[in-house]
Amino acid sequence: MTSCEYQQIDPQALPTPTPAPPPHHGNDRDKREEPKRPRRKWQVFPGKNRFYCDGRIMVARQSGVLPLTLGLIVITSGLFFIFDCPFLVKHLTSCIPVIGGGLFVFVVITLLQTSLTDPGILPRATPDEAADIEKQIDNTGNASYRPPPRTKEVLINQQVVKLKYCFSCKMFRPPRTSHCSLCDNCVERFDHHCPWVGNCVGKRNYRFFYTFIVSLSFLTAFIFGCVTTHLALRAQGGKGLVFALQESPGSAVELVICFFSVWSILGLSGFHTYLVASNLTTNEDIKGSWSGKSGEGVTNPYSHKNIFINCCSVLCAPMPPSLIDRRGFLPTDESVQTAGAGIGLAAKSEINVGTKGLLESAALPALLSTSCPQMKPQTAYTCPDSSPAVNSDPSPQLSTSCGARHTASSQGDTSPPRHTKTRSKKRKLAALNIPNPSFDVPVSPTSPDAGPSSKARGSFTPLH
Amino acid sequence: MHSVQHHGQQPRRPDLPHCCQPLSPFHNLQELRHSASLANKVFIQRDYSEGTTCRFQTKFPSELESRIERTLFEDTVKTLNNYYAEAEKIGGQSYLEGCLACSTAYLIFLCMETRYEKVLKKIAKYIQEQNEKIYAPRGLLITDPIERGMRVIEISIYEDRGSSDSSSGSSSSS
Repeated sequence: MTSCEYQQIDPQALPTPTPAPPPHHGNDRDKREEPKRPRRKWQVFPGKNRFYCDGRIMVARQSGVLPLTLGLIVITSGLFFIFDCPFLVKHLTSCIPVIGGGLFVFVVITLLQTSLTDPGILPRATPDEAADIEKQIDNTGNASYRPPPRTKEVLINQQVVKLKYCFSCKMFRPPRTSHCSLCDNCVERFDHHCPWVGNCVGKRNYRFFYTFIVSLSFLTAFIFGCVTTHLALRAQGGKGLVFALQESPGSAVELVICFFSVWSILGLSGFHTYLVASNLTTNEDIKGSWSGKSGEGVTNPYSHKNIFINCCSVLCAPMPPSLIDRRGFLPTDESVQTAGAGIGLAAKSEINVGTKGLLESAALPALLSTSCPQMKPQTAYTCPDSSPAVNSDPSPQLSTSCGARHTASSQGDTSPPRHTKTRSKKRKLAALNIPNPSFDVPVSPTSPDAGPSSKARGSFTPLH
Repeated sequence: MHSVQHHGQQPRRPDLPHCCQPLSPFHNLQELRHSASLANKVFIQRDYSEGTTCRFQTKFPSELESRIERTLFEDTVKTLNNYYAEAEKIGGQSYLEGCLACSTAYLIFLCMETRYEKVLKKIAKYIQEQNEKIYAPRGLLITDPIERGMRVIEISIYEDRGSSDSSSGSSSSS
């Protein structure tokens, strides 16, 4: 039985020619010891996102006011087509519904793309990576190390930039990346979390977002103009505005909606046009990262110093791929480590681990974390409800006791609301004896920097 | 594509220095998988000196000193960096593609494979080829960075289960 070798070598690491085998193949990778379908990665995604269509579509857990946004747009446009277009077609030109219809379709499509696209989520560090980073931080007393926040300084285009360590994702955040606390994900080139759109706006969907707000401002201005013209034409001949409104009540509704939204949407478009032209994000602009507040000679290192090039690099750059591979299949070595079947296998692999003299920090927590993410003997951020006895005794019964511990601790859980959803999901997984592979639990509430810094970074809902 | 190789004595390679002789008869990846155990993993981090474009550091990690020559490693990383630069290049063609995509409300992204994805496929093939030809015979394995969120190049170091354990597993415990 060669199954134990597969546990130590991540089959994902092996560039096999079929990285995503369909579930119907009798491939021994998928079907060995597992009668049901292999699970896809979106099913064990640690962030607060929801997935539909088997992982093809994703939204943030709180959809915010996306239904309201969609509703407002559809209702206003609907009223426009019903009440204003017939009159204007008769009196002006039939181009009006065509233009209006084109803009409406454009707006809805870009809105849906902004909401349903992966904004540029960075997958969390694997346990091996996290251990490696911890080792480097502990070993090198490097010049930028100031306790307790972990930072790393890099030089980008001759500008010093501080990279912060993300405690939830267990890695140093790349430049311009920020952790959104609402979605519980690190997002590349994080702009802001937009409640109107119900998603973060980041590297991958910024162009959709920008097109959405620009086309929405055109649509709103267009409808506003048409409604005004319509009412003006109706009120001609001394009939008065009240008469016109009585004839076309829908126009009143449209007028109100458009009047109140056109200014804010136009303002937002203008603001984002400025950001695009200077290659800034909302996050950076609000924090004043490059405005020179923190010192002299601080300039934006990402700007190409040319408005046209900045615009093109933000809006017309090649579309980066999604890094989270929602629809990929989970490697089967992790999914067969159920508590029942896993005891024998875990013991065997543990023996192999021990006799080969593998690094404790790399291998053992890697195996243990695949069966129980909360029990990490070597790292500083152990979960508060794990007892020391368990830590010092990495027996194969760990996975079963971990499951019991999780279900038993459900009453006494004092973690903040932000964590309860992922924790309860992990508890459910543990109770079902299906381990949560290769993703770590978000940091425990007692760790120093997690709460304030990631909250401050992530909860941007400005200017809406 | 893989020809099944039989186990046997690995012939001495005169072109390689003594420290870099192939340790074991890992002619292909299947053999590596079946007969070796994972000793250690080395992570090549990103190089942000030129901005947020995808580049990896070419600094040679000390754990690999006994396993592979510096030039081979640096060639691999530099070629990968060039591939990523090609994928992310902004120039006339990308502007045109961007404007075209915008005019169709970005719906063509649903139908077409983007340039980035095409280059990623080339990268995957390149890594597989490098693994087969250069890294697996030395008991190493490169993981495609896309599987690690483009954060690191993960190089797994294997010890041959059959041979008596010598080298890098213990040396990297620093």
